[in-house]
Order: sequence, then structure tokens, then C-alpha cells
Amino acid sequence: MFKEVNKSVKKVDGISLATGKALFVDDQNFEGLLYGKFLRSPIPHGIIKSIDTSEADKLPGVETIIHYFNSSHIPHTTAGQGYPEPSPYDTYMFDKKVRFVGDNVAFIAATSREIAEEAIKKIKVEYEELPAVLNLHDAMKDNAPKIHDEADSFGIFDKDKNLAGGVEVNVGDVKKGLEEAEIRVDYSVDTHYSQHTPIEPHICITYLDEKGRLIIRTSTQVPFHVRRICAMVLETPEKNIRVIKPRIGGAFGTKQEVYLEYYAGKATLLTGKPVKIELTREEEFISRTRHPMYVNVKLGADKTGKIHTINMDVISNTGAYGSHALTVMFNSGSKCLPLYKAENVRFNGKTVYTNLPVAGAYRGYGATQGYAALEQVLDILAEKVGKDPVEIRKMNHIQKGETSPIFKALGEGKEGAETFIKSIKLDEALDWGVEEINWQDRIPYTEKTGRYRKGKGMGIFMQGSGIPLVDMASAFIKINDDGSFNLQVGATDLGTGSDTVLSQIAAETLETTTDNIIIYSSDTDMTPFDVGAYASSTTYISGGAVNNAAEKVKKQIIKVAAEMLETHEDDIELRDTKAFSKKNNTSKTFGDIGKYALYINNQFQIGAIGSHISQVSPPPFMAVFVEIEVDTWTGKIKVLKYVCGVDCGTAINPKLAEGQVEGAIVNGLSYALTERYIFNEKGKMMNGSFQDYKIFNIEDLPELKVKLFPSYEPTGPYGAKSVSEIGINGPIPAIANALYNAVGVRAHKFPMYPEFILNKLEKNG
Amino acid sequence: MKINFNLNGNDRTFETEPNEKVLDFLRRIGLKGVKRGCETGDCGACAIILDGKIINSCMLYTGQIDGHSITTIEGLGDNQNPHLIQETFVDEGAVQCGFCTPGMILATKALLDKTPNPTLEEIKNGLSGNLCRCTGYVKIEKAVVESAKKLGGKNV
Repeated sequence: MFKEVNKSVKKVDGISLATGKALFVDDQNFEGLLYGKFLRSPIPHGIIKSIDTSEADKLPGVETIIHYFNSSHIPHTTAGQGYPEPSPYDTYMFDKKVRFVGDNVAFIAATSREIAEEAIKKIKVEYEELPAVLNLHDAMKDNAPKIHDEADSFGIFDKDKNLAGGVEVNVGDVKKGLEEAEIRVDYSVDTHYSQHTPIEPHICITYLDEKGRLIIRTSTQVPFHVRRICAMVLETPEKNIRVIKPRIGGAFGTKQEVYLEYYAGKATLLTGKPVKIELTREEEFISRTRHPMYVNVKLGADKTGKIHTINMDVISNTGAYGSHALTVMFNSGSKCLPLYKAENVRFNGKTVYTNLPVAGAYRGYGATQGYAALEQVLDILAEKVGKDPVEIRKMNHIQKGETSPIFKALGEGKEGAETFIKSIKLDEALDWGVEEINWQDRIPYTEKTGRYRKGKGMGIFMQGSGIPLVDMASAFIKINDDGSFNLQVGATDLGTGSDTVLSQIAAETLETTTDNIIIYSSDTDMTPFDVGAYASSTTYISGGAVNNAAEKVKKQIIKVAAEMLETHEDDIELRDTKAFSKKNNTSKTFGDIGKYALYINNQFQIGAIGSHISQVSPPPFMAVFVEIEVDTWTGKIKVLKYVCGVDCGTAINPKLAEGQVEGAIVNGLSYALTERYIFNEKGKMMNGSFQDYKIFNIEDLPELKVKLFPSYEPTGPYGAKSVSEIGINGPIPAIANALYNAVGVRAHKFPMYPEFILNKLEKNG
Repeated sequence: MKINFNLNGNDRTFETEPNEKVLDFLRRIGLKGVKRGCETGDCGACAIILDGKIINSCMLYTGQIDGHSITTIEGLGDNQNPHLIQETFVDEGAVQCGFCTPGMILATKALLDKTPNPTLEEIKNGLSGNLCRCTGYVKIEKAVVESAKKLGGKNV
């Protein structure tokens, strides 16, 4: 049925990357490059009384030092979201207040990294230390220190209560529903800090072009938001800034953040010289993180296990600044609650400030935290009513043709969009998983003995595909003399393969081959607008834009072909990079058509721009099964087998889609088991290295089986939905359910570290 | 100081400072396929082959390669003429962002040169010093298996 999509064509930038040729931010040389470094706060909360840079200024090679007392004070958010951003404007290039250990106090640009580091040590700062909030549960207490008491910040939900964001939505009557429920479940979890750890840390280089415009070469997910936010903070119009995203070394949400580029840009504007900022691995851990959350779910069901009432309370910790504060918390509700049908639903979310590292966007975006609770609650319900966990989910999950009031009630920091499910292959994925993991052999923990005990657990999940009515993408396509096409997209390939997927979509629509498409992406001067790569949007939204542009170009090709072949447009059929006249049995190649249009007669450039927004955000679905082994002497959990079936609609490139899921799962496995922040008494993260913060390597990999269950999403390009985020939601609840099945204890704090499990086992006797 | 060493098959002489790390040195002379991921020897993005062994170049000073042979990703192949392992990584979908890829491919080459028919355990061990956050390693493992098969037990 398809020719170019739904095919695992080779990644268009694959060989360049595999041969080390592809250019990342730092792979280009700049004459006279300056190195930027930050002086960071040693205290979690305090007022800067004075900054003395006189000793540092004297150091040869120090070109500029920027800090609160010599820079402008523009409130903004670092969240790279569409305008107007739903995140509070509570951040400044420099403020007179510091709000966590690691907060930016001064920025130095010097002729070498060593000189910049030396100069940092010579700056003297006098602080007045304030009491700090180092736990999300303390943030809203009456006597809690106020973290954002500055006058000019805005968009903060309640400054006096340290609330960056808050929302409550009600459908039906949850209070009554819970009171009258035959079966009630009430369960809470506390999820933890974690970091994306892209292997390429945050990096940007800024310089002036020959016209004096500021060029920002940066490892970003959101080039157009970088341009807009830098223009605001640097007090210059967007026209003076060009943002270029070259190849980037992974992102996962942490590069949906605009918070290095304007420091480097400011230093370039002051010195006229190119400036590079490259975070160290240790700094990376305090760049942006995942929002830790307290999540409580109360569920009311009847004796058969049918759910009637769900109440979810969330307290999210955004750290010192409210980047994505409101929207990540919203998504805990909006990406979890619609999965189950219920008459009464309430979501009550709060996002608090603390004097801890700043959270931001991270793959899963709140859904991951929500599912850590919700999918354990479903298992608790199953046990209470004596049903199988698979059965309880099958009888309650949303079905094709159905909707949930939550889609409309909870959007992206505001009301959402009503969405009816038009594609779902969840039950097929469940049935496959049951076979793969030998679910029928599962026995309760009470029947298990010995030091090593195995357990099986599962869960089901959804996510979204872009932000409906908000995310806009566009694409430009033109033909060349030889019948090849340039495809220019604002969409941002983070390594996900979107350049390949979008080329495939263009090729399919234009009736040509993917290798006939020359893609160029993410350059604010050269490519049309796209909100960027986040919210699982690129295939679905940007793919829609590419398809729209290609349809327009196709019409132009047909018109020219009809002229050349002396026939009607209706008589023209495009196939295999050629136009055929069905009637005359004649044909012209796209090369002939390109040359004709450019040089011969009625000349014009065959080309078009297409834009796309979506009215809905169709969810991909996923079923997960896991088998683990628990060492009851040490508390260590070993994952033996992980099985994951995903419905992402049509997989435009199945191999790349599988790769997205596999990557998300392994990221999620170490999030569930080994990744943790160790803080000292001042809230300083103490384990900022790969030696002390354990992400999985190839030896930690369990047997991992991913299978795609293609449905057809009528609103997506060639039936596609998203696939990039959903995979990370599975590991915590599936392993937690398997842990219960193995040894009879429930995990409510994460990661599921040996000492924590052992402690629980000992308490149980 | 001057150092003499074999770089990707050619004997070369370079001027360097004694405190210069091999990672910085290689990038300075234009070999940008050597990536900076952590500078603490933990991620493998800067891995090179030194006398047949995979090693992180951020952990070496330039004096330590004086008189030795090193191979970087640039020594394996290029766009026009890629090495079989490079092609196989692309074919198997083992490349996502590509930042860890040079190190992964060099680790694969070092492994297969020494152990042409590796067991799964030997593959895991051979690549255990290289972190990847994109792929989940599944397709990387497959690419190593396929590379070994295609090479048919021969060194390359």
C-alpha cells in the first residue's frame, strides 16, 4: 500500500554520523573563540549583597564578566514553549537573589577555559543567606521561606505559598463517588529527581556574522523559541538573531530550555567575539531535571472491578524556577486519566518551588510520574476484587470511538481539545504480551520461598501526539533541475530520525524515493517555522506540514506535466518520479518537468510551503510486561525480561520507531532502579558524574522485546501517531507490580534501590 | 614537546604541550569524530583504539601516545567508502543521535579484531565502557552481531 513510508529506510544522516563526519555544535572551528563559565551559588537561598570582580578583571585573557549589578533584569521563562509560554516569568539573566546551590551568579568569557576557571575563583561575592525549602512537602507550609518574592515576576500561581502553578478540574461528583464505592483504593507515591544525561551536554556557540547579526549555533530542541526568548532577554528584535541547530547529541527534553544561549550571546555582543558555553557533566546534572512528584490516587470501583471514580492529587516540585511547572503537572492528569473510563474524575495539581535544582521538560513529561501511581493502583484494585491485572485493565480502558472529558478539561496549562479515540490496538498488544511473558504461570508472592524470588508485573499506558490547537509546524519544498527536491523544515531532529521520517513522508506524497529528497532543518533564517521537537509532535504535526507542502507541489508538477504532455491535468498520474499521461501513454521524468519549469516555457519555481496544526492529540498506546528476580538477602532487583507492545499508528520508519521505544525503556529502567540524586544538607547534588549516577550500560540490558501494533490514525500523516515518549512510562509501575508479585511489598519511593527494598522486606518480617 | 605516533595508518609528528589531553589534541588537529561527553573516563564518547585496545582519550596525555599507534573513527572509513561496521550500524538502526556512535564503532572494531566470533557476553563486555542514552543498546548489540557475521570471523 505504501512505497516510502512504513519502510525502514536508512537514516538519512546515518553514514555521516557513523563516520564521525557530521557536524555537532563544537565541531566547527572559530577564530578567537572565547570560553564561557559560570560562577555558581554555594548556598541554596540568599541575597547577593555585593560582587567584587576586581581581581578577576586583572587576569590576562578575561574579556567580560556579567552579573546582576551590570546587566539588565528582564523577567522571562527558560521553558522553550510556544508564545505566550504557560510557564511563569520568574527567571532573570541574573537576579540579586540565588535560589539553589548552582544558581548562576556571574558569567565569565575568557580566551581559554583555564583562564575562565581561574577567574571564577577570584570573584568575591557577599551573600546574606536565607532559610531554604529542601523538600516539596515543606514548600506550602505557613512559615515556609518565600522563594519568589521579587516584585516584577509574573504568571506565578501564588507567590506567598511558593506555588508556581495550580489547577483543579472536576467531572461528576468524586466525593460522592468515593463515599458510595463498593471498593476503594487509596495509594501514594513519591517520584524522584533524575536527569536526561544526553551524551552531548548542553552546548552553544554564538558569533557575529559579517552584518553584525548574532548567530546562535546551539544544541537545542527549539530553535525558534531560542530566537524569541533570546531577543526578549537581550532586548533586540528577532531580526537581529539567527539560530542554527546542527546535529545534536541527544536531548530528551533537557534541550527544550533556553538558558545558555543568551549568556553567550550577551558576551558576544559585548566583545564582538565568538563565545562558547559547554556544560561539564557535573553541571549537566543541575541544568534541568525531571520534576519529582507526590502523586496520590483514590479510586472507587464496584465489586466487579469496574471503575466509577478516580481522584488524582499531585504535588510537583519544580525546584528554584518554574520551567514547565504548570504543564508537566497538567500532563500527569491529561496523559493518564483518560486511559480509564469513569463517571467521576477529579484532578487537583499543585506545583511548588523549592531551593533545589530546576526541573523542566523530560521525556514522559508528567505522565511518567502519574503512571508510577496509577498503574500500581490498578493492580491493587485487581487484587481487591480478585481479578487478573490484565482483565481489570481490559474492562476499564478507553476504547475506539470513546472520549474522556479530561481531554477537554486539561490541556497545556489551559483547556484542552475534545478527542475521540480513532485508533487503538491496545488489547492486541496485551494479548501478545501475555503470551511473551507466560503470564498464565504467574503465582502470588505468598507461594514463593527462597532467597531469589521471581515476580511478574504489567501495566498499560498512553501519551499524546503534539499539543492540539497550539503546536504549528511548516515545511517548504521546491523542485530542482534533476527532479530532486529540497525539503526545508523547522522541525528539529534530536537524533530521533525526524529528518528521515519527514523525508519519507515527502517522498511518499510526491511519488518519488526518499533519497531524492534533500532535507535541511532547524535554521531560523533558512527554514520555515516549527515549534520544535517536544510533546511527541514531530512525526504527527511536522509530518502533517510536510504532507501539506508536498500535496501543493504535486499539483504544480501535474499542471506542468499536463502542459508538456499536451493533455488534461486529470489525465496525469505521478509514479516512480515520473508523470504519465494515461491517455497518450507518454511520460516525463521529474527531471524533465523541473528543467521545463525552470528554463523552457511559462517558467516558475515549482515549490510550496505547507503548515499544519492539529485539532486533536491522538494517544499512542502501550502494554508492558516484565519479569524480575528479587534477591531477598540484599534487596536487589534484577530485570529478567521486559516485553513492550506499542500502538503508534503507522510506523513511518519501523526500525526508528522501535529504536525510540527501546531507548525510552532503557532510560526508564535505570530511572526506576538506579538513577538518583543524593543531596547534602544545603540541597547540593553530590553525585554529579557517571561514576556516581548510574545510567544503564549494555551489560545492564535485560532481555528486551518491543513489538509495534500498527493501527491507522486518520488524523495523522499516513496514519501515524507519536512514539518517542510513551516508552519511558512503563518501567516504574511494571517493575513495582512485579516486585509486589515477587515478595509482597509495594514501592512508593524511587528508585527501587536495594536498601529501600530490603528495609521494606525487613518490616514485613 | 614533539610526539611521534601512528595516526590512522600514517606516521605523524606533532607539537604538543605535556598537559594536553589526547581528546583535546585530536579535536585540535581536526579529528572531530572524537566526542567530549564527560571528561571523567565514564562515557566512552571519546574512545579511540590505542595499539589494538579501546581506551578513553580524555584519560590520556599526549605523551602517552608517543611511539604508539592510534585509530580514530576517521581512520575506518568515510561517506564514500564506509567501513563494514559503520554501514552495519546504520543498516541496523543502531545510530540515533550519533554522538556515542564513533566510540561504539571503535569499541566494536577493537572487540572483533581480537575476538572475531564473540559470544553475546563478550559483546556486552566489549561495549560496556560506552554509554548511549538514545538506543537502549538493543540495535547496537544486533549491529555488532551482524558485523561479526558479515566479517565471517576475519579481522579487518
